[in-house]
Amino acid sequence: MNALNKTQNNSPEKVLKTPLTPNSSNKSFFTKPKIAALLSFLFMGLGQIYNKQILKGLSFLALELYLLIFWTVPFQWGMWGLTTLGETTQQRKGFEIIQGDHSIFLLIEGLLFLISFLLFLWFYYLNIRDAYKVAAKREMGIKPNNAKEMFKNMWENGFPYILLTPSVLFTSFLTILPLLFGILIAFTNYSAPNHIPPKHLVDWVGFDTFIQLFQMKTWSTTFYGVFTWTVVWAVLATLTTFFLGLIFAVLINQKGIRFKKFWRSMFILPWAIPQFVSILIFRNIFNGQFGPINRYLMELGIIDQAIPWLSDPLLAKVTLVVVNMWFGFPFWMVLMSGVMTSIDKELYEAADVDGASASQKFWKITMPLIMFSTAPLAIMSFAGNFNNFNIIYLMTQGGPVNTNYSYAGSTDILISWIYKLTLDNNQFAMASVVSILIFVVIATFSIINFRKTRAFKEEDMMS
Amino acid sequence: MIGLSLKQKINNTIIYAILILTTIFVLYPVVWVITGSFNPGDSLFSTRLIPESLSFRHYIYLFQETNYLLWYKNTLKIAFWNMIFSTLLVVTAAYAFSRFRFPGRRQGLMAMLVLQMFPGFMGMIAIYILLLQMNLLDNHWGLILVYAGGSIPFGAWLVKGYFDGLPRSLEEAAKIDGASHVTIFYKIMMPLSKPILVFIAVTNFIGPWMDFIFARLVLRSGEKKTLAIGLFEMVTGRGNTEFTTFAAGAVLVAVPITILFFLFQDHLVEGLKAGANKG
Repeated sequence: MNALNKTQNNSPEKVLKTPLTPNSSNKSFFTKPKIAALLSFLFMGLGQIYNKQILKGLSFLALELYLLIFWTVPFQWGMWGLTTLGETTQQRKGFEIIQGDHSIFLLIEGLLFLISFLLFLWFYYLNIRDAYKVAAKREMGIKPNNAKEMFKNMWENGFPYILLTPSVLFTSFLTILPLLFGILIAFTNYSAPNHIPPKHLVDWVGFDTFIQLFQMKTWSTTFYGVFTWTVVWAVLATLTTFFLGLIFAVLINQKGIRFKKFWRSMFILPWAIPQFVSILIFRNIFNGQFGPINRYLMELGIIDQAIPWLSDPLLAKVTLVVVNMWFGFPFWMVLMSGVMTSIDKELYEAADVDGASASQKFWKITMPLIMFSTAPLAIMSFAGNFNNFNIIYLMTQGGPVNTNYSYAGSTDILISWIYKLTLDNNQFAMASVVSILIFVVIATFSIINFRKTRAFKEEDMMS
Repeated sequence: MIGLSLKQKINNTIIYAILILTTIFVLYPVVWVITGSFNPGDSLFSTRLIPESLSFRHYIYLFQETNYLLWYKNTLKIAFWNMIFSTLLVVTAAYAFSRFRFPGRRQGLMAMLVLQMFPGFMGMIAIYILLLQMNLLDNHWGLILVYAGGSIPFGAWLVKGYFDGLPRSLEEAAKIDGASHVTIFYKIMMPLSKPILVFIAVTNFIGPWMDFIFARLVLRSGEKKTLAIGLFEMVTGRGNTEFTTFAAGAVLVAVPITILFFLFQDHLVEGLKAGANKG
């Protein structure tokens, strides 16, 4: 009696857990669940109506009808656009301009249609599954939910989906769609001067742009040059700030050093000031013509000619690394101070008993513990520096000019090169190819990091 | 200092010397830009570390002759709404991923992890075209949307990691008492996760002050600009003749952000550490 009540009121999932033998009277292939599923497969909602869930069935039916009637033609057009990227070029007849197809709009619209279509397919699948499940329950004598129960059930079990909907929408349209588009662009010839809509059409070219990047002299010189500097920059920027931070953490935490708090808050200042402001300040300080550094050095008589801090290729790179030290060390200092104060004092006491020297204590206890807890952050910081657009662009804008490079200056890193390729020179296809390569590098590092950190080792990693 | 050996004394002296020297290096740009903003002259060349006379001319100029106040208001507006939207989106997503088991969860987490790795402005062209089509180009809301969308993958992973560390017993007790999902979320999860919420809110508030790339892409007209673009154009545009005005502007941006940073210092450090440990 009790059990029967339960089956009728409770959510269906719970009921399924108790083994129930389905009515075995119908042994042919067309069991009721299969018929329901088949009906729903033929047309959305039919299975639901067959299951006597009239309201649900009708709304599904209406949805598919609406989509079929109003969206079939636009969808076909969207797919045509995605595959061909347009066929008619813009033409001139006398003074009149006849608009042709705009390949890039076609590409994005096609992509939108494709994503919506995939979402619809998923929903269609859910509809079939729902029909099957409900029919199976009916066979076992469970009354299907009516509309009110359905909404209650949705609120209870669908709560995570409700929570996620806004984020999913935002991410799909503002992150995933643009990224997909970015990736697709790499396989087209979308670039100045000959393939810029609306004047011209863009075509799919497969891996041509990739091949160009590595084989065409002008591109490959730039790529290898910029890539090498990017790696050198990322390594130097990470190592210098890391060790400078370590040194200062050690110095401040020395026994017998007073005003620890004062030093700490002084040195944290570069981190606290908004970075773009301080980068722009440094840009002025190191200004070759009017900057104060050159002026002091000249007034002191150390140099008699201005030092080209930011306009000599090598010196500009050195300046960037030095300036980056100013920005970067406070973060590591604070972090390592934190680690050092949290180290168990008993470790040092035990070492003292064993007669260890100060340097032994440092190298055998402090260092390993610091390295252990900061290594993942160091890898992330490497990845961050690899893409540190702000400091490069705001300090030097990639300059000084390098005549061997196409669209890049001597201090450009990959990311600032991409910026110039897209925004200043309309070389979209090449920019996309380089972005994909950056992704490969960053992904490799992130995966290494991820595997090494706790998150991956936990059995319940994804939980 | 009694009882210290000579060696230790020398040692400490050297350390103090290094610390003082570093303090000078750290403070120099800061002091220079502050005094620069009070310098009577205009150009970078005539700017002195210790000005001959103090002048508020540049501050007055900044407010009366340039769009600075407008940029400030724009930036504040964008920062504020970005903070609200990003925090809401991030927290709801993180809560779903941390506390519920549902089909698609694993894939969702993986997708967020992968999305973080793409260079942010790889999707720039597409975002530009999308905003153009939605009529949101040169519009602050367009920019806010772009920021909020971009903040989800990283933020949600971070907050999810934090939520995972919170004990479930309280929620289970509340659930037995018949509390709904919404009540549990507001009455139990929110108070417990204040540190990470502060971190997310503050970083998303500060973000728009620093961003240069998207602001420049989306905002086109002079009166829509944010501070980052406005100040950048001041020092790159016309051969540094506006340096002192830039200095005044920079001081007015840096002061509130720096104060904000010092207020939430501990939260920021904790948040970054958590971020690293959770990938």
